[in-house]
Amino acid sequence: MKVEIRVYPRHDVLDPQGKAIAAALARLGHRSVVDVRAGKVFFVEVDGSDAAAIERDAKRMAEELLANTVIEGYDVRVVA
Amino acid sequence: MKFAIVVFPGSNCDADCLHIARDLLGCEADYVWHKETDLKGTDAVILPGGFAYGDYLRAGALARFSPVMDAVADFAKGGGPVLGICNGFQVLLEAGLLPGAVRPNKTLRYICRDIFMRVENTDTAFTRLYEPGQIVKMPIGHGEGNYTAPPETMEDLRRERRVAFRYCDEQGRVNDAGNPNGAAENIAGIANREGNVVGLMPHPDRCSEGLLGNDVGRKMFESVVMALAVTGRR
Repeated sequence: MKVEIRVYPRHDVLDPQGKAIAAALARLGHRSVVDVRAGKVFFVEVDGSDAAAIERDAKRMAEELLANTVIEGYDVRVVA
Repeated sequence: MKFAIVVFPGSNCDADCLHIARDLLGCEADYVWHKETDLKGTDAVILPGGFAYGDYLRAGALARFSPVMDAVADFAKGGGPVLGICNGFQVLLEAGLLPGAVRPNKTLRYICRDIFMRVENTDTAFTRLYEPGQIVKMPIGHGEGNYTAPPETMEDLRRERRVAFRYCDEQGRVNDAGNPNGAAENIAGIANREGNVVGLMPHPDRCSEGLLGNDVGRKMFESVVMALAVTGRR
């Protein structure tokens, strides 16, 4: 099975990277851009077929390593 | 008096720290490879600067899982003095030995230059030889030093006087002009509640002897030597 884990700056934490990207998009003429937050996606392949168990595992991976929950949020999606 | 300098793959200020402890202070000092699990009766631990594990994922995120970090955590919990410099500070944050986190600098650039900071707390293992409020010049060299913490942690840091250093201008005013990286409340370094674990983004190891034009950082290392002389060997 495959699971995707998205990690992104929490909304109450300033994201300098997202701000710089938003400014660059505006400079390119994308005037509709209001805000950008830049995160990461982890594409993880796992053994097993129990989607609920995989989701639980993936959340632990995010909590323990992939996200720094002081400044980052995450979500988990079992894809196939 | 024996220092242990922890070496992660990608540490690059380890030799400076060893030189200070051994050649300048005349103490015993040894490298401890990150795969070791024993600190071998050391009296003080230094986590040096550099780019442990290439800063993959986040600065310090992978180093925290090195085998030696369990020993460092035990040592810290037992009251042993631990200093994290720059990347070493980031490792301490990721390991939860100090609270909070660092974000990329507000400029999004790696910054390598001298900064000024004010000594806010001289009651830690690594700051007791400074004067309260002393303004010190130290070099920084980092891309991710923009300290932040949840509001309740910031409140704890303030109330318990755990901010060791704040960025300031040359006159000692804690303001935006003196803040190189955007750190919350100009925080350059903090301590744990007991004051035995200290971490900071600036590099005392790069300003510890006159040959380098600045030796104000040496007091951090001398502080712990004095602290151990006072409290007795561990």
